[in-house]
Amino acid sequence: MKKSITLKLNREQRTVEVEPSDILLDVLREKIGVKSPKIGCERGDCGACTVLLDGKSVRSCLILAIEADGRQITTVEGLSHAGLTPLQRSFLKHGAFQCGFCAPGIVLSATELLDKNPHPSEAEAKEAIAGNLCRCTGYKPILDAILAISAPSGKAGGLK
Amino acid sequence: MAIAHQFEYVKPGSLREAVKTLARYGSRARILAGGTDLVSLIAEDMVKPETVVDIKGLPGLNNVEFKDGVLSIGALVTFSDLRDSPAVAKKFPVLREMTGWLASVGIRNRATMVGNLCSAVPCCDSGPVLLVYDAMVLVTGPGGKRKVPLRDWFVGPRKTVLKRGEIATGVAVPLPKKKHAACFVKLRRYEGEDIAQASVTVLALAGNSYRISFGSVAPRPLRAGRIEALLEGKALSDELVEQAVRLVPQEIAPITDIRATKEYRTLMAGVMLERGLRAAVARLAGAGPAYGTSLI
Repeated sequence: MKKSITLKLNREQRTVEVEPSDILLDVLREKIGVKSPKIGCERGDCGACTVLLDGKSVRSCLILAIEADGRQITTVEGLSHAGLTPLQRSFLKHGAFQCGFCAPGIVLSATELLDKNPHPSEAEAKEAIAGNLCRCTGYKPILDAILAISAPSGKAGGLK
Repeated sequence: MAIAHQFEYVKPGSLREAVKTLARYGSRARILAGGTDLVSLIAEDMVKPETVVDIKGLPGLNNVEFKDGVLSIGALVTFSDLRDSPAVAKKFPVLREMTGWLASVGIRNRATMVGNLCSAVPCCDSGPVLLVYDAMVLVTGPGGKRKVPLRDWFVGPRKTVLKRGEIATGVAVPLPKKKHAACFVKLRRYEGEDIAQASVTVLALAGNSYRISFGSVAPRPLRAGRIEALLEGKALSDELVEQAVRLVPQEIAPITDIRATKEYRTLMAGVMLERGLRAAVARLAGAGPAYGTSLI
């Protein structure tokens, strides 16, 4: 039975009709049209579908849309409301994109990390993105991009 | 890929209401907390519930609290909550050590420890770590509340003693009264988010007492009674460690699957027991590798 849910997506209130079986990832992409969360493994392994749910990175492929009723969701579309974040600029500077498929998920995972811990060590940065697979294996520039702005003098690139 | 199977979704606001719904639907209902296991099972048509009971609306289940020597972990407490909990870091550092090897941040932000116990997969990490603490699962059902020792909790792969209408509301983990230290060793195919091929947890107590458990090497997580009895009262020596390792094949019953062969699991369980024992004993003496250091 369809139910109406309301979520705050990238700072905008959205109301959408869903079936209980509708997956959040599909609703974001197909019903709302936000395409940065990618369809990868659809079983929580690859991290391509990562979104921030109330500021925490989650797998939108393992969440029923109905569970997100009343919650706040951020995708990369919502990160750059005031221009690119320092983290996104650092990604550009370090060429931390190859095919780009994993990039939205990794940017969001790293955003969560930097919001929580503005100066992570390399080990902490690796732990934060361990669940985001890059099939181009371009991890080195990705880590460089994260660590470049996590240096003590750097400015963190979180949501704020 | 949309989920083909259709179900009803309810989100009760009270434990009483949730128990009532679960009692009415029995095995046709499934409890949803973090959903990292359940949603993928439904998506892959492995389970087909008529009703999904989301317990995230139940009050009082999202606390981690250390009081009177017992750590209480509510059913909605995620692995990230545990990883960030000062009480866990201070009093149960091995639990925090375990969360660092478990899945990825994106999963830890949703998956709950109690859900991990309820899923009861043989390769779960929560089971073996909590077994060495003699943890109790807190259950509420139509007949009231009961506490289930974790030793009696797991029946087999994906099966627990939970009865119709019952909900696991939390887990209680008593802190050993004696001075102690522990170690969790997890064998994985790669750094990052892999499921255990085998795991060993060792708790060493002052006075040469040891509690040992294994994960992913039997239909359910288990305590190694024979090895514990062998070691009881004895200081660790090279010879004693060797004897303990020789008992490993008698304690475990691994299978060959996509992640490892039974021979490899058996061999490595011995290697990991040795390293775990030495690390836990060294930590008890105020030395040894820092918690979170991978020993394998």
